[in-house]
Amino acid sequence: MSLTNTRPEPIPVFSPQLAARFDALVEKYPVKRSALVPMLLYAQDEVGYLSDAVVSEIARRIGVTELEVRDVASYYSMLRFKPAGQFNIQVCTNISCMLRGAYDVYERFQEELGVGHKGVTADGLFSLEEVECIGACCWAPAIQVNYDFHDELKPDLVPGILSGYRGQAKTAPRESGAPASQPEGKGPRA
Amino acid sequence: MGAANIDRYLELGGYEAVKKCLAQGPDWIVNEMKASNLRGRGGAGFSTGMKWSFVPRQSAKPKYILVNGDESEPGTCKDHLIFLHDPHAVIEGTIIAGLAVGAKTGFIYLRGEYRYLLEITERAVADAYARGFLGKNIFGSEYEFQIITQTGAGAYEVGEESALMESLEGKRGIPRIKPPFPAVVGLYGGPTVINNAETIATVPHVISMGAAAYSGIGTPRNGGTRLFGISGHVERPGVYELPMGYDLKKMIYEVAGGIRGGRKLKAVVPGGSSTPVLLPEEIENLGMDFDQVGKAGSMLGSGGVVVIDDQTCMVEFALRTISFYAHESCGWCIPCREGTDWLKKSLTRFHAGFGAPSDIDNIKYLAENMLGRTFCPLGDAAAMPTIAFVKKFRKEFEDHLNGKPCPFAREGVPQLTVV
Repeated sequence: MSLTNTRPEPIPVFSPQLAARFDALVEKYPVKRSALVPMLLYAQDEVGYLSDAVVSEIARRIGVTELEVRDVASYYSMLRFKPAGQFNIQVCTNISCMLRGAYDVYERFQEELGVGHKGVTADGLFSLEEVECIGACCWAPAIQVNYDFHDELKPDLVPGILSGYRGQAKTAPRESGAPASQPEGKGPRA
Repeated sequence: MGAANIDRYLELGGYEAVKKCLAQGPDWIVNEMKASNLRGRGGAGFSTGMKWSFVPRQSAKPKYILVNGDESEPGTCKDHLIFLHDPHAVIEGTIIAGLAVGAKTGFIYLRGEYRYLLEITERAVADAYARGFLGKNIFGSEYEFQIITQTGAGAYEVGEESALMESLEGKRGIPRIKPPFPAVVGLYGGPTVINNAETIATVPHVISMGAAAYSGIGTPRNGGTRLFGISGHVERPGVYELPMGYDLKKMIYEVAGGIRGGRKLKAVVPGGSSTPVLLPEEIENLGMDFDQVGKAGSMLGSGGVVVIDDQTCMVEFALRTISFYAHESCGWCIPCREGTDWLKKSLTRFHAGFGAPSDIDNIKYLAENMLGRTFCPLGDAAAMPTIAFVKKFRKEFEDHLNGKPCPFAREGVPQLTVV
């Protein structure tokens, strides 16, 4: 009698849509491995972070070892191995933003959320991160919430931004949080 | 948003340049590019036409065009606007580069944070395929060309050309040793042209106007216009398209409306955070082109002009700058990995008021020993501004000595935390 018959069906790591996207992605490049960095980011968008299951599934799809996947993933600052909040607030404090008050904005976020750098709120809704230049220097100070940009911030605008995202929260925030959002340009760029 | 729509781009004369190139052939394109005096907008300012001419005509391996949209240099947000408003110019420029060197595939690489711009660009690429501008027999010709878009996932170092190729091959963004240069051995080992997104977006305009007209704008050996991102303490920060060689003082006081709140100018970082800082007296009659800014002791770099007023602590500014490079060093070579970390620690201590008088020269000595001793320019990018901060603001460093509080510290503002 084969043991495999009694094994439960493996739980799919990715949604059917993402799995289909990955099937197409590995065919897109001259070399399969070129799909690795985008796959890691898209997987994180859906699952919330690079769990062991995500790492192992991506390694299988690309045909590399899990160690190689971790080696690459650990290089990129947007990729994480732990869950973030459903809304990950990334405050740029680099020079152009700093000159226009980014640290005051960052401090206000810390006060409002009660967490510091890389902290996650108890309800899993928000996480906070001080980040390097996000390429919005001429609309400083700027932040990103997941992939959404918010420009020309002042500390007083912080509560309004937070309540806006609270309104969009999924009623039962998943433990792993941080889904892909539908970003759009805001402020003077749009 | 207008020209992100393909019909609007066509209305404005879009995709006419590539048709002209199809009719004229590769040699003509390369010669036009050389004659236009277009120099790379990523920072190094190398002649685009020359770069294209280095690609061997015959190659056993496929050739590639790689568009660098990994814009990450602090103070720089020009490519952000290009992808937002003008993605078809990037696509058209990529096809033209492909025709010039005989490549059939182009990659457009955007930094991971630019997800909404990636989506705009992907839509534009799909529209171009649907019209027959990409794919087999482009514009009804015998040529084929495909474009593949790619996202990064957060890494400044990936903006370095060989690190970008590593990242696109699914690896850590560690630079490669040169030579061989990308024009000979690049992406997947094939000859590769790698250009900044702004450079590529400029190509259709060079072709449409003609090299003579294009080089007529700007200053000698510095053809055309470029996008200057003016940020920091000005009344009207923004990205402005101005002719090469435009007067920096006019840029600050007229274009960007002067220093915010009627304050005084203290310093300018002229081309992104890696370029040495300039003092007000050094920018008198300074035209913003590669040669003049070079002569003034700095670099035009990415065109990110960061304006600093007299209420700013330059030690804190130096610390924030070096913190960035310490965070972004890939860690491969020792002078950069250890040097940036050591500089950050020294400056942190110094800014907190616990520096020793010998630290000032030590910081400079450390930075000078990084210069030219790293595999890629990130080490230089960290060292050059640091040396300039210490040289030009020595007095301010001395004012932080002996446990004195930062002379610019504001009530309630916490000590600079470090990422």
